[in-house]
Amino acid sequence: MKLRDLTELAARNLREAVLRNSLTTLGIAVGVASLVAMLSLGVGLQELASTRLSRSGLFDAVFVTTQANLRAFGGPPRPMAERTSTQPARRLDDDARQQLAQIKNVVEVYPEVRFPTEVQFEGKPFMTTVAGIPASARRDGAFDEMKGNFFSGPEANEAILQIEFARDLAKQTDSLLGKDLVLRYAEKEPLPADAPPENAAHKSAANRSDADDAPASGGFSLVPRELKLRIIGVVETEPATGFGGFGRGRLLIPLQIAQNLRIAQPTDMREMLRGNTGKPSYETLTVRVSSPKVVQSVEDTIKGMGFGTFSILDATKNMMLFFTVFDSLLLIFGSLALTVASLGIVNTLVMAILERRREIGILKALGAADRDVRRLFFVEAGAMGLLGGVLGVALGWLIGRALTIGTNAYLKRQELPAIDISSIHWWMVALAIGVSFFVSLAAGMYPASRAARLNPVEALRYE
Amino acid sequence: MGEMTGTSNGFAVRTEGVSRQYAMGEALVHAVDDVSIAVKPGEFVALLGSSGSGKSTLLNLLAGLDRPTSGAIYAHEHNLAEMSSQQLAHHRSHTVGMVFQAFNLLPRMTLEENVELPLRLAEVDRAERPARVREAVERVSLAARLTHRPSELSGGEQQRAALARALVNRPTILLADEPTGNLDSLTGDAIMHLLQEINRTLQMTIVMVTHDKVRAARYAHRIITMRDGKLVTEGASDEIA
Repeated sequence: MKLRDLTELAARNLREAVLRNSLTTLGIAVGVASLVAMLSLGVGLQELASTRLSRSGLFDAVFVTTQANLRAFGGPPRPMAERTSTQPARRLDDDARQQLAQIKNVVEVYPEVRFPTEVQFEGKPFMTTVAGIPASARRDGAFDEMKGNFFSGPEANEAILQIEFARDLAKQTDSLLGKDLVLRYAEKEPLPADAPPENAAHKSAANRSDADDAPASGGFSLVPRELKLRIIGVVETEPATGFGGFGRGRLLIPLQIAQNLRIAQPTDMREMLRGNTGKPSYETLTVRVSSPKVVQSVEDTIKGMGFGTFSILDATKNMMLFFTVFDSLLLIFGSLALTVASLGIVNTLVMAILERRREIGILKALGAADRDVRRLFFVEAGAMGLLGGVLGVALGWLIGRALTIGTNAYLKRQELPAIDISSIHWWMVALAIGVSFFVSLAAGMYPASRAARLNPVEALRYE
Repeated sequence: MGEMTGTSNGFAVRTEGVSRQYAMGEALVHAVDDVSIAVKPGEFVALLGSSGSGKSTLLNLLAGLDRPTSGAIYAHEHNLAEMSSQQLAHHRSHTVGMVFQAFNLLPRMTLEENVELPLRLAEVDRAERPARVREAVERVSLAARLTHRPSELSGGEQQRAALARALVNRPTILLADEPTGNLDSLTGDAIMHLLQEINRTLQMTIVMVTHDKVRAARYAHRIITMRDGKLVTEGASDEIA
């Protein structure tokens, strides 16, 4: 029998027992829906976590420090005798920064500028930690929910306050926007090679020139300075921009501004003692890469250059492992529902054989081959599977939406931002319908084979 | 309607020592026991016998619905006993047409759909089907009832519909199992007239199972009588009667 005739006959048969076939199809749809809902929930949560974490700036960043600095991070200091290399640790200066920027897949390299200092606001002093924020941090999720605006430019004299610090300044944090504060800091000023240290003192910022950046012989002086900043935003938390020395930044300023301040850093003292006063060096550099996937290779390259590195790649791997297990569990529960639904198909088709025993006998008497009867039942099972699959995907999508709406209603009550916890992709739709179709065909194998084997003479005698 | 084709040894259908045994519990039932018959093309043969004589079993064997335990059944040079189930299906679809006592129309299909069903199974071209269906229903004078379902037809009409369905694939042999068994006398006669007409006009070979000796004698060319699965008598209808 040709496929079109088979399909027409199957459709007729399905219409005849419309209630039973509809219930069976609904059973498949519920099975598929649970599969889709579980899968979309798993994928949605995974995407949510990945997006949030990658936007946090932690997963596409490699934090670089000198080997000497890294040793300080790794537990108790080791005696000099244990060190494998007698070579001095490589300096993390502008040359190194440029080299790092040349590495394939590196998007940007910037230093971590973070320092404790005093702020004057409305005549009152406040101690806080200032952090320089690169322009690329605008894409981080941390600024999505901020009040006010991000920096208007890389060298704008503007400040964004962390909410806790903003609350220290004023009860109504919104009222701070547009107001000015004064940053008081100590600028590092190199001493000229031929000048006695005392001559360099008390040099004002206005008298500073490029010549001041010339190589100095011995040291530097610290000069008190002030910088007026306009408060343009209030943010919940500081985005991750480095190791986070001195604690989290509570007053955020453009990175370029922070660098121009030439704040004395802990490394300055060490560099001065070692006589490396010619070029400035950095405590750490943050290397941002194009994708979390390339973190490992970039990290390896940087290590090969003689620097210490740190990334949160291992944490990513663990997160992926967790979600793989989580998805597998959801998939198993969803599959159980589909298995139950497929038993419904077997039951429906076996019942159909009993009911249509005589009809099968007639079909065989009129010339239907065993193959025709088998295929007829297959088409019926496949049609129920296909229809159940499509309905199931729609139902699964609705369940996902309902979960998202319910979750967001709860989050709204908690004054938290809305999220999308379920995510349905085209591959998921194709997979669900395909699985439903093939599981239905598999479920129809036994009934179809049994129907095909019916003895026509006995079937015709059946009342 | 259908063109006649050549048959084995000049016969439309022929059996050689054919037997069919069933196991019923521990007992072995010899439904058909060493029966040899030969039916000529265009012949109208009645298989006569009481209930349980094996005549319907023999008819099912001729139709290829059942397989003999031993012996051979020849139709168109081929031994049905050696055919695969696929080949038997082809035999049922193209060589024979069957009519049953209980009509066996599919109740949810209209008359037209019932008659078209063998064409679907035989994979006849769709464009050709309407004409074939019309030709068959016109032969049994049911052209006006095409859209009716079996439940909307009388017993006689249902049997005529079954006859149209049996003829639509233009078989060379028509096998009828008690075709008047469920009909009143008058309607039964009408069906017998129709079978006779088909036999005459189409030169179609007909093997009819019946227990009605009078009708068998009146319409069939030859009567084969069976008892307990064995062939008892065989001869021209006027001789047996």
